Amino acid sequence: MASSTGDRSQAVRHGLRAKVLTLDGMNPRVRRVEYAVRGPIVQRALELEQELRQGTVSLPAPLPSQGVKKPFTEVIRANIGDAQAMGQRPITFLRQVLALCVNPDLLSSPNFPDDAKKRAERILQACGGHSLGAYSVSSGIQLIREDVARYIERRDGGIPADPNNVFLSTGASDAIVTVLKLLVAGEGHTRTGVLIPIPQYPLYSATLAELGAVQVDYYLDEERAWALDVAELHRALGQARDHCRPRALCVINPGNPTGQVQTRECIEAVIRFAFEERLFLLADEVYQDNVYAAGSQFHSFKKVLMEMGPPYAGQQELASFHSTSKGYMGECGFRGGYVEVVNMDAAVQQQMLKLMSVRLCPPVPGQALLDLVVSPPAPTDPSFAQFQAEKQAVLAELAAKAKLTEQVFNEAPGISCNPVQGAMYSFPRVQLPPRAVERAQELGLAPDMFFCLRLLEETGICVVPGSGFGQREGTYHFRMTILPPLEKLRLLLEKLSRFHAKFTLEYS
Amino acid sequence: MQRAAALVRRGCGPRTPSSWGRSQSSAAAEASAVLKVRPERSRRERILTLESMNPQVKAVEYAVRGPIVLKAGEIELELQRGIKKPFTEVIRANIGDAQAMGQQPITFLRQVMALCTYPNLLDSPSFPEDAKKRARRILQACGGNSLGSYSASQGVNCIREDVAAYITRRDGGVPADPDNIYLTTGASDGISVRTILKILVSGGGKSRTGVMIPIPQYPLYSAVISELDAIQVNYYLDEENCWALNVNELRRAVQEAKDHCDPKVLCIINPGNPTGQVQSRKCIEDVIHFAWEEKLFLLADEVYQDNVYSPDCRFHSFKKVLYEMGPEYSSNVELASFHSTSKGYMGECGYRGGYMEVINLHPEIKGQLVKLLSVRLCPPVSGQAAMDIVVNPPVAGEESFEQFSREKESVLGNLAKKAKLTEDLFNQVPGIHCNPLQGAMYAFPRIFIPAKAVEAAQAHQMAPDMFYCMKLLEETGICVVPGSGFGQREGTYHFRMTILPPVEKLKTVLQKVKDFHINFLEKYA
Repeated sequence: MASSTGDRSQAVRHGLRAKVLTLDGMNPRVRRVEYAVRGPIVQRALELEQELRQGTVSLPAPLPSQGVKKPFTEVIRANIGDAQAMGQRPITFLRQVLALCVNPDLLSSPNFPDDAKKRAERILQACGGHSLGAYSVSSGIQLIREDVARYIERRDGGIPADPNNVFLSTGASDAIVTVLKLLVAGEGHTRTGVLIPIPQYPLYSATLAELGAVQVDYYLDEERAWALDVAELHRALGQARDHCRPRALCVINPGNPTGQVQTRECIEAVIRFAFEERLFLLADEVYQDNVYAAGSQFHSFKKVLMEMGPPYAGQQELASFHSTSKGYMGECGFRGGYVEVVNMDAAVQQQMLKLMSVRLCPPVPGQALLDLVVSPPAPTDPSFAQFQAEKQAVLAELAAKAKLTEQVFNEAPGISCNPVQGAMYSFPRVQLPPRAVERAQELGLAPDMFFCLRLLEETGICVVPGSGFGQREGTYHFRMTILPPLEKLRLLLEKLSRFHAKFTLEYS
Repeated sequence: MQRAAALVRRGCGPRTPSSWGRSQSSAAAEASAVLKVRPERSRRERILTLESMNPQVKAVEYAVRGPIVLKAGEIELELQRGIKKPFTEVIRANIGDAQAMGQQPITFLRQVMALCTYPNLLDSPSFPEDAKKRARRILQACGGNSLGSYSASQGVNCIREDVAAYITRRDGGVPADPDNIYLTTGASDGISVRTILKILVSGGGKSRTGVMIPIPQYPLYSAVISELDAIQVNYYLDEENCWALNVNELRRAVQEAKDHCDPKVLCIINPGNPTGQVQSRKCIEDVIHFAWEEKLFLLADEVYQDNVYSPDCRFHSFKKVLYEMGPEYSSNVELASFHSTSKGYMGECGYRGGYMEVINLHPEIKGQLVKLLSVRLCPPVSGQAAMDIVVNPPVAGEESFEQFSREKESVLGNLAKKAKLTEDLFNQVPGIHCNPLQGAMYAFPRIFIPAKAVEAAQAHQMAPDMFYCMKLLEETGICVVPGSGFGQREGTYHFRMTILPPVEKLKTVLQKVKDFHINFLEKYA
């Protein structure tokens, strides 16, 4: 192409110039971000899947050669809580209503139940131009915010919830990032510190790194089924005050990756602690429908806070998060979610709304789906029986899988697994022989990363090393979802236990 | 430059937090009152307050959904409650939201989406075979054959391949690599403009990253720059010359900026938002050469690429021009180009579908990008599916081709008509001047505001065009966005109005604006 400026061709030198955007020149905070759930091990799993498809084999650089043929026929992705990818069927009612919303021509079809049609019409009425294709207001469709508020009230035994305190989001992750973003301020010793559990879900560490906030670790007590201990919160806070200003406390209940369900007493103690120490509470409650252990029950932070009365109920600032991705529906791809804020300063709430408005709105299909999750068919509706049967089937199977996982792991020498009281993961502790630890260090890998990579190469099972979530020094874990179908899960657990035994033998 | 930035800021209307939605804040106050289980004697200061919150977030401004839009919401509520107004409905001409304005979704797109959402419909005889074929193909590429699974962080593979094939077709055979395609949540959210800027921002003091943006601009840019604490470097589009981009102005802006920051990024919006100009090929070449010379990373916001109306204008992608300029440029200049499902002829805003193509990105940076995207897990899969249909529409010979083409042409034909109508009608009003709407979905007319009205606005602590737009809203129900939210030369006033209402309604809207304007001039003469 001819140049339009005369001196241009002279100015242009051949060959590659240094890039504007390089690892050295980029945002240093972004560079520090780590996210293990989709880290190197998942990259390798992708490559293996491709190799299986193509029937060729490449050798991963830091690992011993595995020969030409794979000792497995498929990669099992137990790294991420993605129920439908593991074969869970969508709940029929949800998808019927959503299809009606997407293509309203279907409203005249005899193949859809009346209550599904009624629900679709109601949602469409609340959408701009009666279409999922219009933007919603930034905080989400008003009608759906009202439905969420009523759901919270039912869940919490009648404690009122205000739709104006509910903000719909793009999955729960988006809302968590937004609230953390609001909280970050100060420099040096006054920089915002945020307490997070260890082990944690790495969204927290990644977001804090990106925001340049100070991560303050408090350790869950593995000996006591990963319970949260307020004395440990005190210790963490005391140490943190030397170098930052702790302003927020994150709690994940039911726990991810640790699967514990907090008792009511424990939640009360945490609220009292947050109040006394002036910490904004973030309660990640996306697994609220996933409680399996007999004797365990989900208590929302909001409910406990309100029942504690003054001075807590009217003052303690709280944000609670929920999502369509987990529970019995497992609709991860739609990215539906919400945050409820309690006692948030009205002006700050405006700032939050402003921040949300820059990204215009959460995906409207995800909002619609959330609406169905928070207001499912009533007992008198035609779809009730099927909905209920599907929901119970999913939850009962998850409970069986939680039990099975704990049991099989605890039968394996060198593996110990706390009860999976809730959520979708087991986080067993694995003994790794000293020679394996040395070998890992030679390869520049965390010992549990080394273990997980070998596991992947030899069995096709993809799990995430504990080092990606944080753990006490010298202990090793991995996170595995309990989502594969029951029989497949049993085989997987046995394979994994056998691999561990072989690995232990190899390095002893 | 600093002065210019300050001017734009000063023009930005009331900055008090309370201007952000009185209705919401009083509702929020009510809400917290409800939540108090028992009245308490003394309330401690909150942990999170306006004073203690993130100052960068506080500095963010976003006019397209700012105070005027909140006011519009209040008025709608008042109308619902039966309060008498000189109008019966609020017309939201503030945002490019085609379907909210009555545009019908493209049938084929919604058919495929319904089939993907509820695959039982694949057995239904009421869907065409090509829609079913498309849906099966998308579902096969999804985990568990379901839209309900997470996709890979970068997006579903086969959809990225379809996007690459689309770009190659669009650009007359210039190759596109699926590895360079990232599917996104619209073009503005976490994964796109914001993410690429986030990676680019570094340094402190004089070495802080400067980002060049057009004035007037789409305020996503200024908002993200504030939030990232980067330095906004303004370059002015030439209103006298149909909002053309002038490379001398880029040079002026970059030179002045070098005194106080490190300019690293140049953002271009083509076709322009809010200004509607379509860049000539020559102008794009000049911009690319400038970016090469000054070592700037190019961000090309091309979400209106299907929205070109003037017969003598054509959309040229930055990617294509870059390649045609030869290897010196095509293997050096770093470029990110954005597209979306929200605009064009489909107007599927609610699905939040989009993609970004990156060129010459350092491989290590690609790794960083994927890492950052993975924290958000994935863009909405339904939006990814919608994007697939947009880049891979029915072709001649397929069952749905004829209807699809008819619907598409009808939307685009209508938009072209409305663009012309808007320009013509505005230019008949004394004190309003409107450049031709060559593309996109907005008019950004210049309005004359009499000195007495400017004084009245100042008395209300409002930017004069904010004052004008508020009056327009209160008297006619028409919601437009003041030019100060987009930036404009000092002493000039504008507003942005979409051309999306149906033709007859648009005529009424334009007539009402005309009457209002004449009245306003008289009142403040």
